Amino acid sequence: MRPFGLLLLQAPGLEDSQAAWEPVLPGLIILLPLLGFAINGALALAAARKSADAVRAGREFDFFGNGRAVTHTLPTWVGPGVLLLAFLLTVVNFVGMLGAELHEPVIRSYWSWITTGDLNIAAAIQLDQLSMVMMMIITGVGFLIHVFSVGYMQNDPGYPRYFAYLNLFIFFMLVLVMGASYPIMFIGWEGVGLCSYLLIGFWFSDEEKASAGKKAFIVNRIGDLGFLLAIFLLYLVFQRVDYAGIFGDAESVFVYGGPVITTVTLFFLLAAVGKSAQIPLHIWLPDAMAGPTPVSALIHAATMVTAGVYLVVRSSVLFALAPLSSAVVAGIGVLTALFAATVALRQQDIKKVLAYSTVSQLGFMFLGVGVGAYTAGIFHLMTHAFFKALLFLGAGAVIHSIQHALHHSNKDWDAQDMRNMGGLRAYMPITWIAMWLATLAIAGIWPFAGFFSKDEIIWMTGAMAGAENAPYAGLYTVYWVLALATAMLTAFYMTRLMVMTFHGRNRTGATGAEHLHEAPKTMWIPLAILATLSVFGGWINVTTDLRESVLGGFGALPMGEWLHHWLEPVTEAAHRVQEAHLGELAHAAPLGGGEVAWGLISTVAALAVVLVTARLLGRKEVPVAVEDAEPTGLSRILFNKWYVDEFYHRWVVDPVLTTSRVLWRIVDTRIIDGAVNLVGNAARAIGWLGSLLQTGQVNTYAFFFTLGVLVILAMIGF
Amino acid sequence: MLSALAYESWILHALIWLPLLGTFHVLWAAEDRAKWLALRWSLVVFVLSVGLWWAYDPALGGGYQLTSSLPWIAVWGVNYALGLDGISLFMVLLSTFTTPLAILGSFNYIKKRQKAFYALMLLLEVGVVGVFSAVDLFLFYVFFELTLVPMYFIIGIWGGERRVYAAIKFFLYTAFGSLLMLVGILYIYARGKALLGVTSFAFVDLLQIPLTPQEQMWLFGAFALAFAIKVPIFPFHTWLPDAHVEAPTPGSVVLAAVLLKMGTYGFVRFLLPFFPLAARHPNVVTLMLTLGVIGIIYAAWVAAVQPDAKKLVAYTSVAHMGFVVIGIFALNVNGLQGGLLVMISHGISTGALFLLIGMLYERRHTRLIKEFGGIGRVAPWLATAFVITALVSIGLPGTSGFVGEFLTLLGVFENHPGVGILATSGVIFAAYYMLPMVQSVFFNALEKPENREVRDLSRREVVILAPMIALMIVIGVHPTPLLRRMEPSVQMVLERVYAAAPPSAALIESVQEETVETVERVE
Amino acid sequence: MLAESLVLAGLIFVIGTLGVIVRRNAVIMFLCIELQLNAVNLTFVAFSRYVGIEGQVFVFFVMAVAAAEAAVGLAIIISIFRHYETVNVDSFTRLKW
Repeated sequence: MRPFGLLLLQAPGLEDSQAAWEPVLPGLIILLPLLGFAINGALALAAARKSADAVRAGREFDFFGNGRAVTHTLPTWVGPGVLLLAFLLTVVNFVGMLGAELHEPVIRSYWSWITTGDLNIAAAIQLDQLSMVMMMIITGVGFLIHVFSVGYMQNDPGYPRYFAYLNLFIFFMLVLVMGASYPIMFIGWEGVGLCSYLLIGFWFSDEEKASAGKKAFIVNRIGDLGFLLAIFLLYLVFQRVDYAGIFGDAESVFVYGGPVITTVTLFFLLAAVGKSAQIPLHIWLPDAMAGPTPVSALIHAATMVTAGVYLVVRSSVLFALAPLSSAVVAGIGVLTALFAATVALRQQDIKKVLAYSTVSQLGFMFLGVGVGAYTAGIFHLMTHAFFKALLFLGAGAVIHSIQHALHHSNKDWDAQDMRNMGGLRAYMPITWIAMWLATLAIAGIWPFAGFFSKDEIIWMTGAMAGAENAPYAGLYTVYWVLALATAMLTAFYMTRLMVMTFHGRNRTGATGAEHLHEAPKTMWIPLAILATLSVFGGWINVTTDLRESVLGGFGALPMGEWLHHWLEPVTEAAHRVQEAHLGELAHAAPLGGGEVAWGLISTVAALAVVLVTARLLGRKEVPVAVEDAEPTGLSRILFNKWYVDEFYHRWVVDPVLTTSRVLWRIVDTRIIDGAVNLVGNAARAIGWLGSLLQTGQVNTYAFFFTLGVLVILAMIGF
Repeated sequence: MLSALAYESWILHALIWLPLLGTFHVLWAAEDRAKWLALRWSLVVFVLSVGLWWAYDPALGGGYQLTSSLPWIAVWGVNYALGLDGISLFMVLLSTFTTPLAILGSFNYIKKRQKAFYALMLLLEVGVVGVFSAVDLFLFYVFFELTLVPMYFIIGIWGGERRVYAAIKFFLYTAFGSLLMLVGILYIYARGKALLGVTSFAFVDLLQIPLTPQEQMWLFGAFALAFAIKVPIFPFHTWLPDAHVEAPTPGSVVLAAVLLKMGTYGFVRFLLPFFPLAARHPNVVTLMLTLGVIGIIYAAWVAAVQPDAKKLVAYTSVAHMGFVVIGIFALNVNGLQGGLLVMISHGISTGALFLLIGMLYERRHTRLIKEFGGIGRVAPWLATAFVITALVSIGLPGTSGFVGEFLTLLGVFENHPGVGILATSGVIFAAYYMLPMVQSVFFNALEKPENREVRDLSRREVVILAPMIALMIVIGVHPTPLLRRMEPSVQMVLERVYAAAPPSAALIESVQEETVETVERVE
Repeated sequence: MLAESLVLAGLIFVIGTLGVIVRRNAVIMFLCIELQLNAVNLTFVAFSRYVGIEGQVFVFFVMAVAAAEAAVGLAIIISIFRHYETVNVDSFTRLKW
């Protein structure tokens, strides 16, 4: 057993792997955010005492009293600071790993977490190519969002608490991706759920927001059920739960497509569906937008919600062995993508549009990993982290600005309703440009990041449909068509968002418009960095065909298929299984045509949609929210998100609540406790009958006494 | 250092007799000093008990250690015999840990007849430590019943409005169960005398008695009923919400943290090793697993709609103890270890929840959830402590609640996947009952003016809660030292369960003939 | 001789018993109890003729105790009478539950 504290030095022993490459203080990467949490948490507790006194005295938070206190200045440095250090350390390790030809994961164990019987779960972390990519995204994008938050949240009374939660989130997210076994991943898995709960309900005085957090947690727990069951089942099969032990033997232990592996992967799928907000558990994510906007960017777009994709890629061998589960993954993915895109068409709340867009993009990632394109899934996860974080942060800047305007013009309008915006391009040029870049990226227009990642997923779906032994070829063809259609919808709703927000007439009113402003530096610099990444981020994984073609500038784009090669050690087992059972993938889409042709078609089509939409919507006069008519027909259904929430309420939540009440009022109180009290009362009743004999008359007693003596005498005598 | 003090030889006696001394000291002292005296006595006991952690050596195997025995009623073979194994070790520690905190938690709550109250709290500690450290069945039973008396008065005198009803229900219900167990005890004793000629109540001697499968079944039933009521297992649970709602805070704390554990402890200590044939009988296993799973889900659902926060937590206890029961009757190492960890974790977290609810009650004089709202804004520390504890209670990974539930469910899943799946759904329902309560009490708008006046934690309250929260997290992060200490004893119990064979008819006959001969010769 | 004594004693005892059961006056009931005691005394004396002197010794004990009892009993009856102003036992039913 290794005592605590030695996290920084990797102690010898346990099951550390002997790799050619020594990571630099990997434990510290996890510990730094935890340290940040500890410091910010302590500050938050101190600050909360003070603001509680203020509340009790009937005052509201006094920024100039508390805002300059150490509790409100220190988090500015500690919060992003630990992230910066963690990011730098990750970069150091990343560079180190780049230099080393690493084929096996590097495992560092610190202490045995749960040891009993033949179960041994070490508190161990694993560094490999996949976790490295995730760590780069988490700490890198995380750092940018922390910086953005300084500007966005500084005037909030809960500022230190905000950073405490945010640091804690990064800690758990790192545990999730760095853990060397499923249970360790599960710590992170539930931990990020907890942070999401706390951050969605950050402004907990608002009942709606607190409820949104609660909903997220409970829905996520449904997924966690699947995760736990998958772990149990894997333990039954392997008697161990760490990746190294499972993945090494998976191919020999499991029958391809057998019932056990299918069950395991379906359980994992349930977990992934919950965490990544896929149908039918997507309902929590749109509500999660109740949290502060940077939180939406970090947790509900860039990192946490992609954990499901990470889980599938991490378990790629298992999923490759279960063709049915993979088809279900892809199916859920593409249906979610389409469904969420349709909902996004008609939302008026800027964050709701982005939320459904996120759900939709996550659907794409699921489609990717479902068709066995694990690299493409991670690739899209990464580019999505860039442009969706950017979109959310941009939306945050917009909301921030609109709030100011509405506040100064004394309007109690909804600051997130796009109908109340318009024409912001003149006031917020940097945000405007950055968000357009992200929009082009998410719409899949060449040469922005989203084009390469999304196109690869769609292409691989088509290729899967035409694979030699594709198990469900027809199904995959349908997926492919739906995915193409969804890509066009994406282009439409994003253009709509941009036009309604930044173009046309400003609708905040003259007094309000004076107060519209560009975001401060701490906010727009992260935007600019993310915008750069949204433009160029896709170039790290251009497939060879594309790279050689006009879309790759005939080989001018650098780094063809880099990510693919990088992740090869992690996914090679899965690819081996796929090759053995599926045979060669098709080289043409179901309708014919190669990758380059379809890439051209999709980018031209998406561009056309963007232009036409911009043109059409740009001319339309948008009424402000309070004057707008209720939507009718199909748009009403879309506006109400297909009434899924209502459906769940009617058929799940209410029945459970009613049953609970019946169980309590009838079964528990009446029947069970009734029976208990009945026994008690019966005893009392019998006693009461006996007590009737007791008259209090001595004569009666004497009579019975005599009678008794006579009876006894008679019995003895005869 | 411990051995230099001959710690092993006197510690268990000290843990039983010191609180008893304390009881008299408190009774003797002045009314206003009673609470401090009681606190001091219980702290001394706790500090002394900490040494057990090192004194108990799992490397020596799973048997009893620190044993000592004095003849008590020699004619009947009753001994005052104490000992500790990996299972009871943590129950004793849990008891000595909880008692001072419960006493400290009653400083503001108990206003009337303080001397009597604190004396009873110490007497209660005598009882529970005795229950967990007795290795003589007669002695065990004496302590088992002894715990009823102080708790009866604690609920009946310092309780809420329906305290007398609750106290009598608690007393009669649990006493009814244990009387059946007494019959069972006497039967075993008689069989031991008849078959082996041993007049002894010592566990080790009683384990030697060859009981037929039928006998084991009946005895299992008698013992199981006693413990099932104590645990409590669905459908014997209805005394618990009543008792908890009416009991004063410290009473609830000890009740939840320690007294319920006597039931599950009895399962592990007696049902499995004494009646292995019954315990591993498929019908019995199915029955217990079914009741456990029903308890988990049913109690969670009922808890979710409780208007009274304390009653809600009381029902969650039923759900948690359901986990323990299925863990035990998974009859494998993981399940049993998990069950024991759930016991420990539940003791700490539910104890803390009751303390927290007591703190809210002291401030607002109500426990109705709908009366609160927005408390997080005026009492942030209280809210933080409550949220952490609630998360432990619903089994968040990285806390003690998770490790126990994880191992339990893993163990159950190993042997009974279907039951495992159903029981695992309990993790969803845990969130379903706990989070709405947390939201309604601590979140939402601060509307009621009374709630605006709620004070945050005082220094005394921080001192109570801090060690509990720390322990919940430490156990969650590093449970291995606990598991390591429990494992040999758990293995022993399981070996006994699986190794036991029904005594052959020949053996019984030969033993009986011998007995008959002896009897005849005597006559 | 013994038979007659025993029949007499039995008769006196039955009379005493019936008196205790039937009569309502506390003093009469008390007298009846004395009758029963004396019936027993008579039996003792009758048997002592054949068995030994112990019977007569017992009679003295009984008489002594009966005297003490009479003192206490009468005192109680008087005290009750002072309280209720009656010695009718029908009205003394507080010895119930």
